[in-house]
Amino acid sequence: MRNRLIQFTLLLAVLALLPAARAIAGTPSPTIHEPHGEGVKCVQPEEEIKRNHMNYILHQRDETMHEGIRTKTYSLAECINCHVFPDKNGHIAGIESEDHFCHGCHEYAAVQIDCFECHADRPQKYIKRAAKQATIEQDLREVLVARGAESGVMK
Amino acid sequence: MSHEVSEGVDISRRSFLGKSAAVAGAITIAPGIILHQVANAKPDDEAVTGSVRWGMLIDTNKCEDGCTDCVDACNTVHGLTGHGRPQTDTQYIRKVTLREISTGHELSLPMMCQHCEHPPCVDVCPTGASFKRKDGIVLVDKHICIGCRYCMMACPYKARSFVHEELKNQTLNAPRGKGTVESCTMCVHRVDNGDIPACVEACNKGKHDAMIFGDLNDPNSHISKALKKHGSQEIRADLNLNTGVRYQSI
Repeated sequence: MRNRLIQFTLLLAVLALLPAARAIAGTPSPTIHEPHGEGVKCVQPEEEIKRNHMNYILHQRDETMHEGIRTKTYSLAECINCHVFPDKNGHIAGIESEDHFCHGCHEYAAVQIDCFECHADRPQKYIKRAAKQATIEQDLREVLVARGAESGVMK
Repeated sequence: MSHEVSEGVDISRRSFLGKSAAVAGAITIAPGIILHQVANAKPDDEAVTGSVRWGMLIDTNKCEDGCTDCVDACNTVHGLTGHGRPQTDTQYIRKVTLREISTGHELSLPMMCQHCEHPPCVDVCPTGASFKRKDGIVLVDKHICIGCRYCMMACPYKARSFVHEELKNQTLNAPRGKGTVESCTMCVHRVDNGDIPACVEACNKGKHDAMIFGDLNDPNSHISKALKKHGSQEIRADLNLNTGVRYQSI
């Protein structure tokens, strides 16, 4: 009984120390996907863009929408073009995946973004591929449903 | 054309482009194939101005019944896919067939946002999401659209659609999403780059040549000349909206 108690106390002590140990090791940070290609740098220093990217994008958004200014420097599409690309297996992470450039940090900071409810979460060339895949899956589903209906009739 | 520049003729880029635009108004590549080019793309960092007013002229005599080249091109460019529900599926442009009861004469025409000078959709919008650009293109700023659909009620042309469902795989140039209203943008992303709208391009490619796109403010543009020569009609001209999309032979 006494041994049990000691074991339990030890366990509690270890559990209590765990966060402290993590703090010593440093707060876990989200993975940041570096831009594609060697020597490619962001349009602003990393610290600046980390804190203020939303302001740059918002400003550009209104200028593009209302005044037709289409410079590429602070365009959301260009962020995506640089930072979203397939992994070694050719798989590309969508916005719902933790591996997506935007998702990683935003999940970590608990800041919800709705940019990608409308905007493309990947460069144009990969959209076509995804759209094609979706069409194929849809067609397959329709065929399967039709077959199911047929077999239902036959019964 | 590049010769003019290399010979050191002292003209600004703008006026050069203006002149070349006049020359390039209609380039004949081969007999029967005519490319209508609008060669006055503004620089990327320049805001649009009221010196141009984009418009379209549609000759319904040339618009074939049953042809959907313009609609298909529009759907492709903007990634418009339906859910098999024609009542509510998004349409930026649709083909309409009119039949005169007394004679039985039928005509077919594409109907879309008419890009009015005095757009009722802008009047009724409670948030300022529905707006007219300085160059006359009427748009929805989906960032501030709350999806109230007042504009859909106000539009006499039934030009606007509402996105009812979550979307995926939107194209890069046509961000669209659930809960917002949308309509023909006159392919604003293409026009800003000096291209013509996809529907007009498709119509030309199909050798129908029923649609002309251009600057209504420029008396030398192809569209202004055609308007001067042949005249045009507005649909619901009684509303005095001064539409940017005009029709012939209706």
